[in-house]
Amino acid sequence: MDAINYDIELKRAGANSTHGWRKLTFLAQRHMLGAVGLVIMLIFVLTAVSADFISRFDPLSVDSTHRLAAPDARHWMGTDSFGRDVWSRIIHGARISLAVGIGSTALGSSIGVIIGLASGYLSGWVDLVFQRLIDILQALPLLVLALVMTAALGPSLPNVIIAIAIPLIPIVARVIRANTLALRELPFVEAAKSIGMSEMRIALRHVLPNTLAPLIVLATAQLGSAILTEASLSFLGLGIPEPYPSWGRMLSESAAEYVRVAPWLVIFPGVAISLAVFGTNLFGDALRDILDPRQRG
Amino acid sequence: MTDARVLLEISDLVKHYPVRGGILRRKVGTVHAVDGVSFTLGVGETLGLVGESGCGKSTVARSILRLIEPTSGSIRLNGRDITHLGKAALRPHRRSMQIVFQDPFASLNPRMTAGDIVGEPLSVHGMAAGGKKRQRVAELFEQVGLRPDQTENYPHQFSGGQRQRICIARALSLEPSLIVCDEPVSALDVSIQAQVINLLIDLQRKHGFSYLFIAHDLAVVAHISHRVAVMYLGRIVEIAEKAELFANPRHPYTQALLASVPVANPKIKRLKPLVDGDVPSPINPPSGCAFHTRCRYVMERCKLETPVLVETGSQHRVACFLNEGTGRPS
Repeated sequence: MDAINYDIELKRAGANSTHGWRKLTFLAQRHMLGAVGLVIMLIFVLTAVSADFISRFDPLSVDSTHRLAAPDARHWMGTDSFGRDVWSRIIHGARISLAVGIGSTALGSSIGVIIGLASGYLSGWVDLVFQRLIDILQALPLLVLALVMTAALGPSLPNVIIAIAIPLIPIVARVIRANTLALRELPFVEAAKSIGMSEMRIALRHVLPNTLAPLIVLATAQLGSAILTEASLSFLGLGIPEPYPSWGRMLSESAAEYVRVAPWLVIFPGVAISLAVFGTNLFGDALRDILDPRQRG
Repeated sequence: MTDARVLLEISDLVKHYPVRGGILRRKVGTVHAVDGVSFTLGVGETLGLVGESGCGKSTVARSILRLIEPTSGSIRLNGRDITHLGKAALRPHRRSMQIVFQDPFASLNPRMTAGDIVGEPLSVHGMAAGGKKRQRVAELFEQVGLRPDQTENYPHQFSGGQRQRICIARALSLEPSLIVCDEPVSALDVSIQAQVINLLIDLQRKHGFSYLFIAHDLAVVAHISHRVAVMYLGRIVEIAEKAELFANPRHPYTQALLASVPVANPKIKRLKPLVDGDVPSPINPPSGCAFHTRCRYVMERCKLETPVLVETGSQHRVACFLNEGTGRPS
């Protein structure tokens, strides 16, 4: 349904072919900010993937002779109170942020999709039970829930991912449920029923693929907030444990003590967090506009 | 053309929906969507079902296909009562009856190719797979007037008429003996309507299945049907052979419907509309004959008693007190 209108618009704009590259350049021109967001995200991913090659020092190695060194040619972003290179730590921190972002979004979305689909398609008591559980989950603020989770499970990468994924479940489940409720009444689902298809097959083949567009948008938007939550958790000491570099922890370690003497310790991780979240949000917004015809002016 | 054998027998079909209101979601009323509909459909026959919107035509169609559960009554297909069959027991019977919907845009999954849509019933019933399935899909595409090389296209790449052809091909794939057409041409351009109707007629000649053809356009119904049933507020008020019904309508509502058909000649003087106002709410249908609030010939008796379908001639049944004795509205 979404694709129809875009094809028409593509044609109107003179792009007669729906060829991948032409379509991409057309969309990039149409949504400049989204393209900027995509570029930021790509840089972010590339940094994380090639961290071992582009970092100049071991992010964990301590160098007591170069404590709190200001940014210079050797240490592009200076060093922290242990003499660790900030540039290398930020680059390796991208890995953690990405792992947490993608890991928790994927985990939260998949559970949310299953619950939403079951809840919306089966309705009845299944729906009732799931909805009340989700109400309970939603009543707790995301950060508080994550805090309780990590406090209970102990700080480690998998635990942080789980803690951030759980608050995501109700959001995804709600969206998928609402979509499923609407799709369930459409004639093509009725046609599938009259063919004699099993409910499971209808849900997976006919309903699920048609809920993917809003899910992609939601997941992209959540990626940014997951990164932010991880930074917040680490800032509060409940995220990624020492000595692994996490942007949030880098901030929290230095904020109070060194912000006056070594401001680079605060500025660079802060910029990294902001950029990553900014990029994913820009891209998520553009994606929503592209996939949702109602949002287009 | 009409075979004497009965394919489908509907008796006293009722579908009521509860209306809930208030904080406690208590039942505060009932929508009488279908209120005791009975008819039979012969093998190879087309029964047209007409009526204003909201009169329960689509509810009848969906109940027959067991897409909704009827409140009471029975549906017999090929002599077998399928009203209360469970999901698994119903599956083999699903093959015998298929449906074509009104909206060709919403009745195809936008994320599946046309070929997959048409071929899916074959895999669900294990009738064909792989190359055999592709061959059968290509065959079906040709039968409905689509090119076999269009199987890889997505629904949005087809026009409304072509989409409806895909829907027809999907219905045909299981070789059903009954196809329910729920206003299959109402959403199409007039020029395309004729093509699709003619396609349906051709397919029936070739395969010999039956149609339950629902429409509100009398011209379309007149073209395709062998018999026509007129529905008003959940009940059949008149049912007869097509020629008989159009030449000799006996129920005041049928007369009004026929008088409202537009004529493509501005010189013909139109009669004053025979009915006005809207269909009463099916939540609290009028007492007695449901049509009495709009009927020109309303009598005191109509408000108290409900007329039943009575035979008034060869295969012509009417539910109106005017037809009881010799009396006939003129």
